[in-house]
Amino acid sequence: MARYSVLIGFFIMIGGFAYMLNLTNTGEYNPRDIPTEFIGRAAPAINVPDLYNESEVVKTSDMKGKVWLFNVWGTWCPECWREHKYLMELSRSGVPIVGLNWRDERAEAKDMLTKMGNPFLKIGYDPDSSVAIDWGVYGAPETFLINAEGMVVAKHAGGVTPAVWQEKFEKFFIKNSNF
Amino acid sequence: MNILKITLLIVLAFLFANQASARFETHDFATPQMEKDYNVLVQELRCLVCQNQNLADSNAELAQDMRLRVYKMLSEGSSKNEIVDFMVLRYGDFVMYRPPVKKSTLVLWYSPLIFFAVAAIVVVSYLRRQKKEVEQVVDKQQQKKAKSLLDD
Repeated sequence: MARYSVLIGFFIMIGGFAYMLNLTNTGEYNPRDIPTEFIGRAAPAINVPDLYNESEVVKTSDMKGKVWLFNVWGTWCPECWREHKYLMELSRSGVPIVGLNWRDERAEAKDMLTKMGNPFLKIGYDPDSSVAIDWGVYGAPETFLINAEGMVVAKHAGGVTPAVWQEKFEKFFIKNSNF
Repeated sequence: MNILKITLLIVLAFLFANQASARFETHDFATPQMEKDYNVLVQELRCLVCQNQNLADSNAELAQDMRLRVYKMLSEGSSKNEIVDFMVLRYGDFVMYRPPVKKSTLVLWYSPLIFFAVAAIVVVSYLRRQKKEVEQVVDKQQQKKAKSLLDD
């Protein structure tokens, strides 16, 4: 029996490796993903000037009573360009989206929105990551879902696609009759 | 042999060259203690973009901004622990470059030691078994010799 123990051990390791490989190829298992700490916690403050109207301060508390998305984006982020069309669709169907323009140039950000449309109710301008760090953001795009009580209930790292919307976000909007 | 020694020296030199903190940008520190604290913090916090580097080594933009945040918080009077807690509250334990020793990380920390202990036990028992076999063989040879002598 002892002489087979090495062989058995080897096959157990191969089996484990195959299992983990399968996991990484399916669904959302990504070893580099950092799960958010904010699910179930109050949404952090934003408190930075708006991209267009610099005298206006974008505040989390302004959205109290609504279910809304907080989308972190930048013109330097290719995935943000790809998800933009779907964000336009969502905003046209009534989903409130507040944007955070992260680490960007005001002019270039406005340019992109002129070209591709503006799905955002307001956009916080965050050139030095002060808001991003407060929300535990580590890449773009990232989208948080905040409920009417101001609590973060869902988050997605990566572009929002119809699949992501259906799996992660839609259920929080259906209950509301007026979004 | 000379080349080997030179290579070893160069590798060692790189290993110890990591103490500098002003690798990318410089800050003006109000006190030398603040500078010390800053150095400790940027080596203890992980870059979330280049996840195998600490904040001291990474020049990713988020790392730059996190370093700036650390500097600002130190200047405002936060302690090292408060700053680490601040980052962990937002990014989780992963932001600590060295994983904390908790129940959930005991396996991470101690499994190498356990593997090493198991390997040591296996090697020692294998060597002991070898030794016993050799002794038995010698014993048998001596018995044979004794028998042949007696038979004469």
